Amino acid sequence: MTASTAEAAIALRGLRHSFAGEPPVPVLRDMTLEVPTGAFASIVGPSGCGKSTLLRILAGLVTPDGGEMQVRGSAAFMPQRDLLLPWRRAEDNAILGAVLGGVPDGEARARAQALFATFGLAGFEQAWPGQLSGGMRQRLALLRTFLTPRETLLLDEPFGALDAITRRQMQEWLQSVWLEDRRTVLLVTHDVDEALLLSDRVFIMSTRPGTIVESLDVSLARPRGTRDTTTPAFTVLKAQLLDALERGSAA
Amino acid sequence: MSRMFFDRYAAPGALLALLGVAWETCTRAFEVPPWILPAPSQIAQAAVLSGGTLPEHLRTTLIEAGVGLAIAASLGVAVALLMANSALARRVVYPLIVISQNVPLIVLAPLLVIWFGFGMLPKVLVVALVGFFPIAVGMTEALLRADPELIELVRSMGASRMQVLRTVRLPYALPAFFAGLRISASYAIFGAVIGEWVGASSGLGLFITRSQRAFRTDQVFVAVIVIAALSIALFYIVGFVARLAMPWQAATTEESS
Ligand SMILES: Nc1ncnc2c1ncn2[C@@H]1O[C@H](COP(=O)(O)OP(=O)(O)OP(=O)(O)O)[C@@H](O)[C@H]1O
Ligand SMILES: [Mg+2]
Repeated sequence: MTASTAEAAIALRGLRHSFAGEPPVPVLRDMTLEVPTGAFASIVGPSGCGKSTLLRILAGLVTPDGGEMQVRGSAAFMPQRDLLLPWRRAEDNAILGAVLGGVPDGEARARAQALFATFGLAGFEQAWPGQLSGGMRQRLALLRTFLTPRETLLLDEPFGALDAITRRQMQEWLQSVWLEDRRTVLLVTHDVDEALLLSDRVFIMSTRPGTIVESLDVSLARPRGTRDTTTPAFTVLKAQLLDALERGSAA
Repeated sequence: MSRMFFDRYAAPGALLALLGVAWETCTRAFEVPPWILPAPSQIAQAAVLSGGTLPEHLRTTLIEAGVGLAIAASLGVAVALLMANSALARRVVYPLIVISQNVPLIVLAPLLVIWFGFGMLPKVLVVALVGFFPIAVGMTEALLRADPELIELVRSMGASRMQVLRTVRLPYALPAFFAGLRISASYAIFGAVIGEWVGASSGLGLFITRSQRAFRTDQVFVAVIVIAALSIALFYIVGFVARLAMPWQAATTEESS
């Protein structure tokens, strides 16, 4: 831990949580991690290990049983399902977080309109969510998250539901959007390549009850593209990551 | 397109015409007295002849049904909001409104006439009482059932209770509101007529009682047809308003059908 806690956007120390039940279900144990301000970090872990629960704790939706937690400012949360409001047109969905966060309607709309093209949604401002493709819905949910005036973004498997090709495109696109935006991001994913392609730091979680098995710094040059996933440096990191995942699953 | 037109209008129309012809033929062939069963042609004649008095009765019934339905809708929404926001209100109000629904109209309507006279008020009350139940119950359940993940999301964005209601719960419950309103609308004319039938100074219900007393069965049939037509019209008007109020539903279902 070289980075001082003062400049960390997210810092957890010994965080733990169980869901009520008979007996209680322990989901997170002794979670300690630190995400520097302005960094792109990912969490990789087996299904059901508590990744979504962690994000919901960080978003302030679940109160953890114990441990320390620090989130700078507060966080904008993009849930695993896109959760667009079917009764709002695309543009009205996009500005939801901004307006609820206190941005005046006109200003939020202007910002959204400026970003519709960047998010590959130009011309669909007035469409209903039901009229959009899966990929477009995800981009709209991302746009909504980006427009929410918070210092940190929490993204829960934003591309989980997409096919491989669309997913790859979206990853490169997210990287370019983030390079402009530069807010702290904590991304949850199952996809090892996705984590390495996008992140400055990757956290690997064990099976439930989840804890951090390893934290991996990725210092490959940006912007990274699909071609980079075949380089030796990438392959070495990927082997390390897969090893850590395996250790976490055996534990 | 022409296929749909045939299925939707031409086929039922043809069947109706066929039944009409059969009815006309039978009443003539067996010389059924008109006070037992008038022929369609006699009913048509009665419709033309009662053209003088019928519109006034029609107007009364329409106003009663319309005002009653408006009260049912407002009251239904208000009660639903109350019940969705407080478990205590749910426990207190739910049994009450269930009981209110189980008082038979045949008992309630005469009581209302005794209390409020022969004017429009008791009929409006019948329509409102019958109509508010499906709206209140359907909407309460929808308000409570609204996707918890959507609610969690807007809460993570900092929404207050009021904003959660406005952005998620109310729009989520809108289809249930209109489903309830549709049911209420289909009972509204009927409710008003029952109210009038018990005692009134004007209205289709009164027109029916008078016609029955005079053995003018043809006029009774005219009234029945008018009531059916009104009910169907009201049903479709509610459907039309629902489509206007929920454009996202029309936009997404049109494409898939
Ligand atoms: N509200 C809840 N009440 C009780 N148990 C819960 C609740 N939410 C999650 N769990 C349990 O906690 C565990 C972790 O769930 P979580 O959704 O955080 O996993 P995840 O890592 O996001 O999984 P996935 O990768 O499949 O999305 C699961 O076993 C789940 O059943
Ligand atoms: Mg999850």
